[in-house]
Amino acid sequence: MTVSPDLDRRFREAAAALGLVDIGFDLVDTPIGELLVAASDRGLAAISFETDPDRLDRLARIAGPRVLRSPRSVDNARRELEEYFEGRRHTFDLTLDLRALPQFTVSVLEQLARVPYGETTTYGELARRVGHPQAARAVGTVMHHNRIPIVLPCHRVVGSTGSLTGYAGGLDVKQRLLELEGAR
Amino acid sequence: MRLTEMMEAVAIPPFERFYEEHRNEVLGLLRRRLGANRAEDAFQETFLRALRAYGRLEHGEHLRAWVLTIAHNVALDTFRRTRPTSELVETGADDDMPAYAELAELTDGLGPKERAAVVLRYGYDLSYDQIAAVLGSSPDAARQAASTGVRRIRRRMTT
Repeated sequence: MTVSPDLDRRFREAAAALGLVDIGFDLVDTPIGELLVAASDRGLAAISFETDPDRLDRLARIAGPRVLRSPRSVDNARRELEEYFEGRRHTFDLTLDLRALPQFTVSVLEQLARVPYGETTTYGELARRVGHPQAARAVGTVMHHNRIPIVLPCHRVVGSTGSLTGYAGGLDVKQRLLELEGAR
Repeated sequence: MRLTEMMEAVAIPPFERFYEEHRNEVLGLLRRRLGANRAEDAFQETFLRALRAYGRLEHGEHLRAWVLTIAHNVALDTFRRTRPTSELVETGADDDMPAYAELAELTDGLGPKERAAVVLRYGYDLSYDQIAAVLGSSPDAARQAASTGVRRIRRRMTT
């Protein structure tokens, strides 16, 4: 007995409409590959370059075990990402769910969000802006674990020599995002 | 729950995984009980009840038995609603639900809610929150159903 796509869709829509889902997610096609995009009732909670099943466990740790694929939950994010990749959007208007993150991480991400489209900054500069000029390495760790890449633009952060250093989606993706924004 | 118990407890999977694993079996059960048409609404109701209680689960054990029991009860509710003359519905166990089978004789003669409450509490060690989801009632009502069921069984055994 196989559940039909229509019945499956109706259940997922009902679950989201009734507010019974902690995190709704969907896979979104983009020019840099398929992204797993996840949102809670507080806002966009995660974007992941990896779409493997383990990712769902990580989503569950953000807001609770009621993690369900539900296309509508990420409609806003899907639309804004689409506009971004078409070059029509330079800033995101999405609210973000940054719960369960340490205060230092949140401060760094808030500064990161202010790095303008098409520009780059360094780990040291971000560290200085959060008032911890010696914490470039810790800032690097925050970038490495950034839950909401692209929207929180860790691709705009490079090494002090201008080298790309690293990126969760791979250095080629970082390069492509910077090219899209006309930064390189 | 103590820390050591939490560490030993089977982790609760993300709902998506639980749903994907059990949805076909649940639909199969509901179709056998209710026919293809009524099975679809009952399917939704089953997983919505499960979803309502899912955030309060204390461990990830017996989830299959749990969701199949929710489906049994949704089927029963549907049957009652659509056939008020109340034909007798088989609420008993599927072959592969051993705790049901073991408790079948003891709980024979109890009403369906009491029977489900007793089996889930003492057969599967589920919490009253989980049982409430199965029965579509409050945790207090679930506790009440289990205790009434046990009282009836005791009375029957002593007479």
